[in-house]
Amino acid sequence: MRNKIDTSWLRESATFSKPVIKEIQRAAREGIYDIRGAGAKRTIPTFDDLLFLGASMSRYPLEGYREKCETAVTLGTRFAKNPITISTPITIAGMSFGALSAQAKEALGRGATEVGTSTTTGDGGMTPEERGHSELLVYQYLPSRYGMNPDDLRKADAIEVVVGQGAKPGGGGMLLGQKISDRVAEMRNLPKGIDQRSACRHPDWTGPDDLEIKVQELREITDWQVPIYIKVGATRTFFDVQLAVKAGADVVVVDGMQGGTAATQDVFIEHVGIPTLPATRLAVDALKDLGMHREVQLIISGGIRSGADVAKALAMGADAVSIGTAALIAMGDNAPEHEQEYNDLGTTAGFYDDWQDGRDPSGISTQDPDLGERLDPVLAGRRVANYLRCLTLETQTLARAAGKTNVRNLEPQDMVALTIEASAMARIPLAGTDWIPGYSGKF
Amino acid sequence: MREFDLQDAEVRMLNQALHGSDSEGQAIAVVNPGGKHNVAAGAQFETQVDIHGHVGYYCAGMNQNARITVHGNAGPGLAENMMSGSVAVKGNASQYCGATAHGGLLVVEGDAAARCGISMKGVDIVVGGSIGHMSAFMAQSGRLVICGDAGESLGDSIYEARIYLRGEAASLGTDCIEKPMETEHIKELKELLNKAGIKHEPAEFKRYGSARKLYNFQVDNVGAY
Repeated sequence: MRNKIDTSWLRESATFSKPVIKEIQRAAREGIYDIRGAGAKRTIPTFDDLLFLGASMSRYPLEGYREKCETAVTLGTRFAKNPITISTPITIAGMSFGALSAQAKEALGRGATEVGTSTTTGDGGMTPEERGHSELLVYQYLPSRYGMNPDDLRKADAIEVVVGQGAKPGGGGMLLGQKISDRVAEMRNLPKGIDQRSACRHPDWTGPDDLEIKVQELREITDWQVPIYIKVGATRTFFDVQLAVKAGADVVVVDGMQGGTAATQDVFIEHVGIPTLPATRLAVDALKDLGMHREVQLIISGGIRSGADVAKALAMGADAVSIGTAALIAMGDNAPEHEQEYNDLGTTAGFYDDWQDGRDPSGISTQDPDLGERLDPVLAGRRVANYLRCLTLETQTLARAAGKTNVRNLEPQDMVALTIEASAMARIPLAGTDWIPGYSGKF
Repeated sequence: MREFDLQDAEVRMLNQALHGSDSEGQAIAVVNPGGKHNVAAGAQFETQVDIHGHVGYYCAGMNQNARITVHGNAGPGLAENMMSGSVAVKGNASQYCGATAHGGLLVVEGDAAARCGISMKGVDIVVGGSIGHMSAFMAQSGRLVICGDAGESLGDSIYEARIYLRGEAASLGTDCIEKPMETEHIKELKELLNKAGIKHEPAEFKRYGSARKLYNFQVDNVGAY
């Protein structure tokens, strides 16, 4: 029998921590980088580093549950003949059929429709299930153009030109062969079972001047009916947002580095892009600098989890937010009832992020028909709706406490920052001071 | 014959007309296009469109069913994402012509610039002259016929599309190889040339396609990525 070793005195290296050692061992064994789903896991400044100042002597609050606090937002008022109005300032972000099961896409549509908001297609095109169960559907126009066709384009309630996403700005995608079912292969016009590469840049334009013409082409094809969004991953956000406005966007979507992905290299997710917090402030600065704040609507995404996150994004100047990962969790991703199967996959509920490999026990990030059948789209849709309602109520709660009759009336002056980093990034004063690091009174 | 003079009329008026079902079976002439962008974008019905002059970006983009002829040169993105019908250019075409197109026939009687047929998804493209670099990059399906020469990296990362080249390629892209011309390919090429109205002997062409070595990511191929 071996002696039990006392490990309590052992000092773990900050440089070569246990996870780092494990990753080096894995890389040496497999010879390839780690690919996974979800967004950045590293500790970064977030909306959690801001606090609201409730009403006090100088402001009075609204009565909870009794006094009206409006949540509806209209998107696409700049050029589109038919802007869309969502009942809550929370939309469902683009996630592809292929990455997600048909059941999951249907559930997202059901949930969004139940609360009067929009959902979004993804790489791979529009499925009848998603269109049929989504009252408001945003059709993504992506570099791969998988499944892209003018009939579906004209069925959309809005079009989102995807330049980049927060998890991998500057990167394309890879749907691994094990997730390529007959149906996915047919929609994407590629052989079954091969890794499907999604390009990192569009095939027929190369810069903002070209994009302006491309946006006009999309408007021409859809007879100027629907709003056109431009989505960028958060990097050089100030300039990207200004160029998106120049290119003719009705709505700009900025996705911070916490934004999820179905399959991307871990090194990309963790080391490229900027957090949602500074990206929000930079995007609002860019719109105000052009005199286009509120003329062009701003949607913020990347790590939105709670009504507090929603309220803080709105207070910084966003018009709405998008959720992706949180919606998957609401549907049942990482649910404890699948614990045994998570264990069989070498993980545990709460840590499962191998959304790329198609073996998701919850039936969400899979194309396996048996696994997909596990997800009841009606029940999962109901969970999404419940979650969206909860976020909306939380947002209203904070807005009422700040004395606002409309959630979009929240403003930066309603908040303080808890940390120097968050203060500098959000340009919100450090709590208890009037100090904003690096701020000289103008941007 | 209905005529749109783009010196006076907006492109919007032309495209609106092409989106209406009453354009079915009509013949439309477009004069003085003046290099304007998005001319005849999103046509939906079996309409004959003759454009007399040069056009800018995305002419005939996402075309469905219409038969569109440009009696001049075309700017970037000609017939991008075309679904069906046909587009013909009497002169030259700029870069990305036929990008991501799913169906139909695209004929460029002159030369086509870089990235011709990039990510094509089922379209047939026949180029009477030569094409630029990185053409048929990530081409998924369909057929690209080049009667002249091809620039560097022809067919890089090609999937199941077929390339027929009469002249020489400056270089082949990753995973693109020459393949034997069998009887079926001679027959297929002859039909394509006939449809395009371009006369060449199919036996003068070589066929290129995917080696299919990069279809699934393998670390042993890291030098190819």
